[in-house]
Amino acid sequence: MAQNFTTGYWAKDIVTTEEPKEYNTLNVGPTHPATHGVFQNVMLMDGEFIVSTEQTIGYIHRAFEKIAEHRPFYQITPLTDRLNYCSSPLNNMGWHMTVEKLLGIETPKRVDYLRIIVMELARIADHLVCNTVIGVDSGALTGFTYLFQDREFIYEIYEEICGSRLTTNMGRIGGFERNFSEKAWDKIRYFLKTYPAHLQEFENLLARNRIFMDRTINVGAFSAERALAYGFTGPNLRACGVDYDVRVMNPYCSYDEFDFIVPIGQSGDTYDRFMVRQEEMKQSLSIIEQALAKLDRMDDKETYFAADPRFVLPPKEKVYNNMEALIWHFKIVMGETDIPAGEVYHCIEAANGELGFYLISDGGRTPSRLHFRRPCFIYYQAYPEMVTGNMLSDAVITLSSMNVIAGELDA
Amino acid sequence: MYPINPERDQLVVNKLSNRFGSAIESHEVLNDMLCITAQKELIPSIFLFLRDDLELQYNFLTTLCGMHYPETEQLGVVYHVQSFVNNHRIRIKTVTELKEPKIPTITTIWPAANWMEREAYDFFGILFEGHPNLKRILNMDEMTDFPLRKEFPLEDQTREDKNDSMFGR
Repeated sequence: MAQNFTTGYWAKDIVTTEEPKEYNTLNVGPTHPATHGVFQNVMLMDGEFIVSTEQTIGYIHRAFEKIAEHRPFYQITPLTDRLNYCSSPLNNMGWHMTVEKLLGIETPKRVDYLRIIVMELARIADHLVCNTVIGVDSGALTGFTYLFQDREFIYEIYEEICGSRLTTNMGRIGGFERNFSEKAWDKIRYFLKTYPAHLQEFENLLARNRIFMDRTINVGAFSAERALAYGFTGPNLRACGVDYDVRVMNPYCSYDEFDFIVPIGQSGDTYDRFMVRQEEMKQSLSIIEQALAKLDRMDDKETYFAADPRFVLPPKEKVYNNMEALIWHFKIVMGETDIPAGEVYHCIEAANGELGFYLISDGGRTPSRLHFRRPCFIYYQAYPEMVTGNMLSDAVITLSSMNVIAGELDA
Repeated sequence: MYPINPERDQLVVNKLSNRFGSAIESHEVLNDMLCITAQKELIPSIFLFLRDDLELQYNFLTTLCGMHYPETEQLGVVYHVQSFVNNHRIRIKTVTELKEPKIPTITTIWPAANWMEREAYDFFGILFEGHPNLKRILNMDEMTDFPLRKEFPLEDQTREDKNDSMFGR
């Protein structure tokens, strides 16, 4: 007897035994060793796969935009430290340049080059943390423990320049508080000599490692169109194949005099983000070398702030022995510097994207409104779209490869 | 400094005025950026036009932030958009009355606006009409005030031992 396959008893059986799927809710964070920061994700799980996720942010919100409305301009620098605390000097310099734009201060070339050295060191420190942590999340702790020695060394360089390590509060509006010491130069040169080999060794551990490649290639991939719609900037956007870099598009701080490559990826996955950061660190090293060469060619070895010392504190011995210097010091500390009314937007290429400062001044002692364009805050909202359909372990590695810093996310 | 490009500024102003007429209330160049003030009702169509017009192509929403103008009893939103193609940035401002602070959402044009609008709602209480999920984002859900409005002073106003008039603000 011929069996009717469409209406056979077994076909009916399958239909009746199909049950509605059962999903589990999984709470990841806010404090979880795999999230590297205070992020909460409530995930709806189908076994190991993520069906949807809902993010909660704001656990370390500190109301910087409100506090900034009650602080004189030079006191806002410590607030910017605490945005992306993995690369504080970048934020400091971005804020100083914003105020300089409002005040119309032209910085000397030497100040620009000094700033570029510090900013690129900070970029290396930030990318180094992010890339080694991608390694940790895929099970390779070795690179992390080794490269953190170099991060430690970058912090020692900061210490020589400004006296502090993590939240640096480096520089002044108009330049630096002091010239770089001989020891600082020695340390920068030593870093340039030793770091490339360490970086290459780290890359050899991971870049062609089968386990690492399997864990990262095609994980958390994102298309260029979606990335642009979601406001991605920085290495995350470049990994998707868009060559947008503020240093090249809108050069600030004399970046237009430097010769460097903007590395881009193709598929926007975790592996591409890793490789883009890896290449950017090498480019940063080359930028620092170019800056050192430019400084060596300069006759001027003393200038470290603009000719306009409206925010640069006079040297201490003068403050103690000279009436005018004491008055000047007092004027700056009390925030009595004349600020023109106006509004400016200035952005820099921070380590994880375009860090913008929208500053409105009404001529008062403090900003009338200050808005930070925080790259993390804008691109982290694409995270559900990136991880939906992936496995939980991929979501963890995607999060660390996006370089979301809780301090910047929550402001 | 951004490249100052007066021809392109003029092109944007002309195209917007031709298309939207009196909805474009004013325009000026502040420091290095063209700043346009527009009526709130047409905000989504203005951005759609800016994004899709082949000569303009402002394809990227850089940032969006809320404002409070206590002297006119108004709330406002300031948008920054940029064109990667032409390497040009503009700023668009709009205001709404404090009593009924409604502004149409632009999440339909850029999904990036989602959290930025939630932040503006969280801190200023601006209601973005058509927003898919308008709730607080950085502050706790139980909060009833909008803390970045100017009526909330940061320092304790009941203190008598400290005279703030010495410090400008």
